[in-house]
Amino acid sequence: MSAATLEADRLASPPVRHRASTKGQKAWRSLKYVLLICFSVIVLMPAYALLVTSFKRQADYDQSTAWQIPAHWSVEGWVAAWNTLAPAVGRSLVMAVIASCVSAMLGSLNGYIFAKSRFPGSHVIFVLFLFGMFIPYQAIMIPLSGMMLNIQDGAPWFSGIPTLILCHIVYGIPICTLIFRNYYATSVPTEIIEASRVDGATTWSAYTRVVLPISPPAFVVTLIWQFTSAWNDFLFALFLTNQSNGPVTFGLNALASGQNPNYPQIMAGVLVASLPTLIIYIVLGKYFVAGLMSGSVK
Amino acid sequence: MTVLVGPADATGPTGRAGYGNEHNEGDDMVKVRRWFPSFLFVLPSIILIGIFVYGFIGNNIIGSFAMVRTRSGRIKAPGGFQNYSSLIGDPRYQHALWNLLVLTVTFVAGTMFFGLLWALLLERGAKFEGLFRSLLLFPMAISFVAAGVVWRWLLSPATGAQAVGLNQLFQMMGLGGLQSSWYSAGRFNMAAMAIPAIWQLSGYIMALFLAGFRGISEDQREAARVDGATEFKLYRYVLFPQLSPIALSALIIVGHMSMKMFDLIYSIAGQSSYTAEVPATLMWTQMFQLNDPTAAAVNATLLLLIVAVAVIPYLIYTNRTEKGVH
Amino acid sequence: MRGKKLAALATASLLVLSGAACGSSTESGSGSASTPASTPKAGGAGGTVGVFTWWADGSEKKGLDALEKMFNEQYPNDKFENLAVAGGSGSNAKAKLASDLKNGNPPGSFQGHAGAELMDYIDADQVQPVDSIINGLGGSKVFPQTLLDRLTVDGHIYSVPVDIHRANVVWTNPALLKKAGVTSTPKDVDGWLADMAKVKASGVSTPLSIGGTWTQTELFESILASTLGADEYSKLFTKDGKWDSDGVKKSIEQYKKALTFANTASDGDDWPNATDMVADGKAAYNVMGDWAVAQFEMKGKKYKTDWDAFAMPGKEDIFDFLADSFTLPTGTKNPGASEDWLRFVGSKDAQVTFNKLKGSIPPRTDIAPTGFSEYQQSAMKDFKSPDTKIVSSIAHGAAVPLAWSSEINTAMSKFYQDKNTDNLVKAFVAAHDKYAQ
Repeated sequence: MSAATLEADRLASPPVRHRASTKGQKAWRSLKYVLLICFSVIVLMPAYALLVTSFKRQADYDQSTAWQIPAHWSVEGWVAAWNTLAPAVGRSLVMAVIASCVSAMLGSLNGYIFAKSRFPGSHVIFVLFLFGMFIPYQAIMIPLSGMMLNIQDGAPWFSGIPTLILCHIVYGIPICTLIFRNYYATSVPTEIIEASRVDGATTWSAYTRVVLPISPPAFVVTLIWQFTSAWNDFLFALFLTNQSNGPVTFGLNALASGQNPNYPQIMAGVLVASLPTLIIYIVLGKYFVAGLMSGSVK
Repeated sequence: MTVLVGPADATGPTGRAGYGNEHNEGDDMVKVRRWFPSFLFVLPSIILIGIFVYGFIGNNIIGSFAMVRTRSGRIKAPGGFQNYSSLIGDPRYQHALWNLLVLTVTFVAGTMFFGLLWALLLERGAKFEGLFRSLLLFPMAISFVAAGVVWRWLLSPATGAQAVGLNQLFQMMGLGGLQSSWYSAGRFNMAAMAIPAIWQLSGYIMALFLAGFRGISEDQREAARVDGATEFKLYRYVLFPQLSPIALSALIIVGHMSMKMFDLIYSIAGQSSYTAEVPATLMWTQMFQLNDPTAAAVNATLLLLIVAVAVIPYLIYTNRTEKGVH
Repeated sequence: MRGKKLAALATASLLVLSGAACGSSTESGSGSASTPASTPKAGGAGGTVGVFTWWADGSEKKGLDALEKMFNEQYPNDKFENLAVAGGSGSNAKAKLASDLKNGNPPGSFQGHAGAELMDYIDADQVQPVDSIINGLGGSKVFPQTLLDRLTVDGHIYSVPVDIHRANVVWTNPALLKKAGVTSTPKDVDGWLADMAKVKASGVSTPLSIGGTWTQTELFESILASTLGADEYSKLFTKDGKWDSDGVKKSIEQYKKALTFANTASDGDDWPNATDMVADGKAAYNVMGDWAVAQFEMKGKKYKTDWDAFAMPGKEDIFDFLADSFTLPTGTKNPGASEDWLRFVGSKDAQVTFNKLKGSIPPRTDIAPTGFSEYQQSAMKDFKSPDTKIVSSIAHGAAVPLAWSSEINTAMSKFYQDKNTDNLVKAFVAAHDKYAQ
C-alpha cells in the first residue's frame, strides 16, 4: 500500500467478472435490487417527511395531511428557522473548526509517537487514552461542569463556545490519536524515519520533515470526523451552555421543544442544523466513510 | 461516536521502532535522551487526559460516596456504599436498567442484522453501488438531536383518527394493524426507541462489513469455488470467519453507544420522561429535577462500570492479539 | 484540582464574611416572623440589581422590558441589570444559578415559582424571608390571606409574587358540547365525566385531550382538589397528609375514568397540541393552565364562541394557583437595591403593566379589572371572590418541592401505563414519607 493510500480505497468494488449467469443468479440479482431499493426508500422516509413539512406554511400545516406534499410551497419555515438558528450556526462553526483543528494537531503528534517513536510505558498510556473514548461522559460531567463554572467566575468570557472548544479538544484526543497512530503505523515506513535519524534528525525534525508532509490524508479524515462529532454533540452543550451562547444542537432542541411548535420551522431547522455535516458528507463522502472506518479494519 | 482500536502496528512495538537505541545499550543517559523528547510530545495530552478523564472520574467517584444533610437536618444521602445500595434498590433505577437492556439488545441486534444484510447485498458490486451506499449511510451524518426531532413525530403513539407519523403512514398504506404505541407503552417499549438508533447506525455497520468483505482477496473465493464449495458454504466457512474481528468491533461500538445513549432519548421522549428512562437520562433528571447530585454521581459511576465491564476485556483482547502478531 | 480547592476555600471564607455581615442586621429578627423593615429610600438605595429570569422570549420578555423601564424611572439611583437566560429552565442556566448561589455570588434577585419549589434554596440558606417587604406592600390588605398562607414556608414568605396563573381550568369547545346536548356546566367531577360520555356518544372519539406527563399531573390535581375540597387537599402536603385516604382513591378512580375518554399521549408531548385539539374541534375538553388563552388567540379563536372555559367543578370553588415570584438571595451585593426591586414588582403599577402584557392576573386584589382581557377579568373576579378557595399546584411546584413533584410525575407516568390505583397510592405515600416535613 502506498504511503498516501486511505482506507476508503478498500471500498472500491471488485472488478465485475463476466461469467455466464444462471437463472438463479439472475433471480438473485433482481431480488437484490428490489431489496436495495426498498431499504433505500425506508431509510429516506424520515428525510421525506422533513422536506415536505419544511416547505409548508404554518397556517396550512395539519397533522392529518402531514405526509402529503405541500398544497402551497413556501420557504417561510426555512426563513424562520434560519433567523432563529443563524447565530447558533455561526457559534457551532467556530467551535467545530477550532476544536477539530487543535485536536487533529495533538492527535498527529501523539499518533506519531505511539506508532514510531515510543518511550517506556507508551503502550500502557495509549491504552489508557483509548479507554477515554469509551467512557460515558456522564461519569465526568459533574466535576467538569463544576470546574467550568469555577473558571467562569474568574474569567466570564470563558463560557459557551470556549468551554465547548476545550471539551471537544480534550475528549477528541483519543480518537484522533488512534486514527493517526493507525495511519502512521501502516503508511510511514520505519526505515525512512530511521534514515533521517541517522542523518541527525531529532524527534521533532523527523516529525516535521518526514511525517508531517505525508499526513494530509489522515488530517482530512480526522478533521471531518472531529468536525462532525463536535457539530453533532448535544450532551456537553446541554450541560455546559445555554440557548444564548450554545451551539446549534442546543438551539434546535429549544426550537423543537418550544411551547408553540411551528412544524415547518422545526423541520427546516433540523435541515439547517444538519446542513454542514450533510454537505461534508456529500462532497467529501469518500473521506467521511474513511473517517468512519479508519482504524477499524485491517 | 467512536471508532475502534486499530490494526496492529505494521512494524511492531520493538526493534527499530522500539524504545531508545540498542546500539548504545549500557548507556542509560543516551537511552533516556532518545525517548525523552517523545514523552514530551505526548505530555500535553497526558496531562489533559489525566485531568479531564481520570481526574474527573476519580472526583466523581469521591462525590458518589458523599454524605449529604440539608439545613433542616434531613439526610439526603446516607454516604458510603449506602448511596449505592439505595440507588440500586430504587425501583426507578431498576426500571431504567431494564429499559437499557431492552434498548441495547434490540439496537445491537438490529444494526448488526441490517448492516450485514446491506453489506451482503452490495459486496459483490451493484449498479449504482455508490448511490445506494450513500443513501444507506446518510443518517450517520445527522446528529441524534436533529434525528430525534423527526422521530419524535414519527413515533407518536396516537392511533386511529388522531394518528400521525408512522401510525398514520401505516393507515394510509392499509396496514392499520401495524399501528403501535411505540416507546410510550409496554414492557418492551424501549425496543421502539431502538428503531431510530438502528436507522442511524446500520449504514455504519454496513460500511464496516463491506470493507471487511473487500479486504478478502478474490483468490480465496476462487479457490473455494474450485474446491466445489457452494455459495452458502463459501460464505459460511470462508468469508464469515474472517469477518469476526470486525463483527466484534461493531458489537463493542454499537453496544457502548447504546449504554451512553442520551441525546436521542432526550430529544424524542422529552426531558425526564419516565417511560423511556435509561440511566444516562436519569442522571440528568437527578441533577436538575431531583436536585440530587450525589445520586447522579452514583448513577454515573455505575454507568461507567457497566461500560468498562464491556470495553476493558475488549481493549485487553485486541491489545493481546496485536502483540501476538509479532 | 488545586484551583478548585482554592476556589472552595475562598467561597467558604466569603460565606463566613457575608454571614457575619448579615448577622448584625438580621440575626436579631430571625426568630420572629419578620426581618426588620428597612425603610425604603426615595429614588432607591443605589447600586446595581441583577435580575435573573428565563423571560427572554415573547410576551414574557415584553413584560420584563416594561418592568425594566418603569423600575429605572421610579428608582433612578438603582441600576437594573437584565440577567435573563433564554431557555433558562434548562440545565445550564439552573447549574449556573446554583453555582453562583453556592459560591456566594448571587444575583440581585432571581425568578422562581412561589411556594414549596423554593424549598431547596431555603434549605440551603440561599434565600432570605421577605415578610417585611410583603407587609410593607400592605400584607393581607392587598394580597388574599389564603394566598399568603400558601406562599408561607416554615413560617416565612420567601418571595414576592408578580403574576398568578390558574391551573385547574377546563377549556371547552362549545360547538361540540352543543352537538352532544351538554347545555350546562357540570356540578362536580362525576357530572363532568357523565358529560364526557355524552360527548363520546355524539361521535367524538376523544372527548378529552391530554398531553405529556405534567399535563396529566395537572389534570389529576384539578380532580383531586375538587373532590377533596381545599382544606383536605392542602393538608396532603403537610406531615399529616393522608395519601391513602378514600378521597384520594376516589379521585384516582375519577381520573382513571377520565383517561378512558382521552387521546393517547406520550411522556414528552407538548401541551399546545392538546389545547389545539379543543380549538380544532377534535376534542371537547382540555384541562390546562390559563396560559392556554394565548394558544386559542394565536389560532384566531374567539372567547365564548369558539372556546369557553370553566373551573374544575367540585365541593367548593377552587382556584389552583401557581405564581412567578422574585426572591431575596442571601449575601447579595446590594440588598438595598434588591429590596427596591422586590417592592417595585409587588407594587400596583408594576403588576398592572406586567400582567396585561403577559396574560396572567395580578396577585394584588386592589387592582381594577379594566383594561384586562375578558378571560383575565373573569379569573380576577374568581380570585378575589371570598367564596373561592386558593390551593397550590403540584405540577408547577407551588405545593411541593421540585424533587417531590418529579416523583409524583414519575408515578403518574407509571399509572398511565398500568392504570393500577394501588400502585399509584403506594407511590404517593412513599413520596410523601420521603419529602413531607
